Amino acid sequence: MKILVCISVVPDTTTHIRFTDKMDALDTSGIQWIINPWDELALTRALEIREQPGSGVTQISVIHVGMKDTEPVIQKTLAVGADSACRINHAPADSLETASQIAEIVRKELFDLVMTGHDSADYNGSAVGEMLAELLGWASFSSISSLSVAGSVITLEREGDIRSETIIAKAPCVVTIQKGIAKDPRIPSLRGIMTARSKPLTVVEPVKCVPLTRFLRFENPAPRSQCRMVDASNVEELVNLLRNEANVL
Amino acid sequence: MDFQLSEEQKMIQQAARDYANRELIQDVLERDANSIYPAKHVKALADLGFMGMMVNPKYDGGGMDTISYVLAMEELSKVDASVAVIVSVNNSLVCYGLEEFGTEDQKEKYLRPLARGEIIGAFLLSEPEAGSDATSQHTLAEDLGDYYLLNGTKNWITNGNSASVYIVMAQTHPELKHKGINSLIVDRNSPGITLGPHEDKMGMRSSDTHSVMFTDVKVPKENRLGPDGFGFKMAMKTLEGGRLGIAAQALGIASGAYERALKYSKERKAFGTEIFNHQSVAFKLAEMYTRIETGRLLCFHAAWLKDKGLPYGTASAMAKYHCAETAMWVTTEAVQIHGGYGYVREYHVERLMREAKLTQIYEGTSEIQKLIISRDIFSK
Ligand SMILES: Cc1cc2nc3c(=O)[nH]c(=O)nc-3n(C[C@H](O)[C@H](O)[C@H](O)COP(=O)(O)OP(=O)(O)OC[C@H]3O[C@@H](n4cnc5c(N)ncnc54)[C@H](O)[C@@H]3O)c2cc1C
Repeated sequence: MKILVCISVVPDTTTHIRFTDKMDALDTSGIQWIINPWDELALTRALEIREQPGSGVTQISVIHVGMKDTEPVIQKTLAVGADSACRINHAPADSLETASQIAEIVRKELFDLVMTGHDSADYNGSAVGEMLAELLGWASFSSISSLSVAGSVITLEREGDIRSETIIAKAPCVVTIQKGIAKDPRIPSLRGIMTARSKPLTVVEPVKCVPLTRFLRFENPAPRSQCRMVDASNVEELVNLLRNEANVL
Repeated sequence: MDFQLSEEQKMIQQAARDYANRELIQDVLERDANSIYPAKHVKALADLGFMGMMVNPKYDGGGMDTISYVLAMEELSKVDASVAVIVSVNNSLVCYGLEEFGTEDQKEKYLRPLARGEIIGAFLLSEPEAGSDATSQHTLAEDLGDYYLLNGTKNWITNGNSASVYIVMAQTHPELKHKGINSLIVDRNSPGITLGPHEDKMGMRSSDTHSVMFTDVKVPKENRLGPDGFGFKMAMKTLEGGRLGIAAQALGIASGAYERALKYSKERKAFGTEIFNHQSVAFKLAEMYTRIETGRLLCFHAAWLKDKGLPYGTASAMAKYHCAETAMWVTTEAVQIHGGYGYVREYHVERLMREAKLTQIYEGTSEIQKLIISRDIFSK
């Protein structure tokens, strides 16, 4: 089985997000870029599956649609154990563009299983996985919290609000993963870091595709209002504040 | 001149940081309180390749440069300097000496498993009556033809109990003074070796420190490192690199305390405002940051010299002196910024302060570093 993990490169989740002066783009100065945490977990699970005896996984590749400055982040996926990486040299404007570019590669390279994260921590679109499946005409399974592989049979679990589902899927398919799929992401070993350089990272030029989305303007969320502490014994004051100041009673 | 780290160096730094923040932090307080040796962390760090970072890959090491080693030591020490010293001793005192001065046979037999971190090593120079003055070795390595007969006591030995291999400095030709000292590779299982009790230390309580007694221990001749009488020189050469590891450790202790103090100063309020708005707190943080960055440059410079094959003894003495003093000052002030909270274990800074103290003492006290630096400037 050949597994492809889609990697998006996002600002470190502790970043203080700022926009450019015109408020029409993210201000990228000083941002530390990381592998999208969901995608990192997807990759972790793929690596775990490969390590199981008789898993039949012959290749784990990663794919990313982005410009050259994302390569250090892609290197990390190779350092933790992906066999090869592909970067499509394009800054995608929306999920459809990303999915279309990835679909083009998947069609050529005949992967059996494509894994994506539930969403990416930058625009939180939650769309690439399903769009990709649609473009490929493959089955897609969203919000998967457990994944195992036996031959070409893929067993998936999805946690719902009131029940959990077990799904038996057949390759090829697209799986969008969420919490629970793997424990902590892996820390690359020094040997992994040194050998990452010698693994293939191919750069592919994008195919033509017209995005369907355009960002007009970003806005900062309203600042959180101050928290006022009221003594536990002073219920009267609490009611008074809720009624007359917060106007919620 | 290039002040940028390479992508690989950044990845190594991040790997060490991730391990420290994810794993070491979990049980650091408990191990400190109860002096528990971090066996599982040593194994995990070995699997990640941190126990023989700079050893040539041909001997199963990581083949990293010294800058990467400084980065890793800093990150581990920010969270847990006890674990960092175990890493440091194995890398810069044990593996380095074997790789630099060992024969092929010695490297095959000892360096390989040490570099893989399957076993760890210890470096035995200090004695009850020979610390700063390491020339006055009382431990004897009597030359009896095929082997040396080792008798004496070593003190304060980091990894004393956990090590499988000892690098022991001992006197063979007392009449030649320090030129009569040899450096021997000693199997920990050799008959005649006994350990003193675990030292109950002020800080670095998770690293195991013991005195080690040798009574008629036979050491095969082929276990001598370098030519007859080379031991003292070998120890001093090795300590040049060791000091850089300790400088980076001190740097990490300082930056760990600084980061905690900075965060706390933005959270804690007094007199109606976050305490960093009080200038005496803000200036203290500015000074911490400046001293730490100075130390970082000194460490990088010494590491750079070493990687270039240039003399770096004085540079590493300056790095160690400056970083150790900085660590002591920064951690003391970090406790101060935390107020009463700084004085309890939960907030970590009191532990960092206890750990900082040792960096002014081992692998050459601050006074000895100044001795090295002053001798160098007066010889020019
Ligand atoms: C926890 C711990 C771990 C250690 N690990 C190891 C290890 O793994 N292997 C090892 O070999 N050793 C180890 N040491 C020993 C350490 O390196 C020595 O303690 C250190 O070198 C100081 O020696 P001393 O304790 O004998 O102090 P002394 O040499 O007695 O020094 C006492 C004081 O006198 C000062 N002084 C001495 N000579 C001079 C001078 N010429 N000019 C100015 N001031 C001077 C010193 O700076 C110090 O302040 C360790 C020590 C500790 C505490």
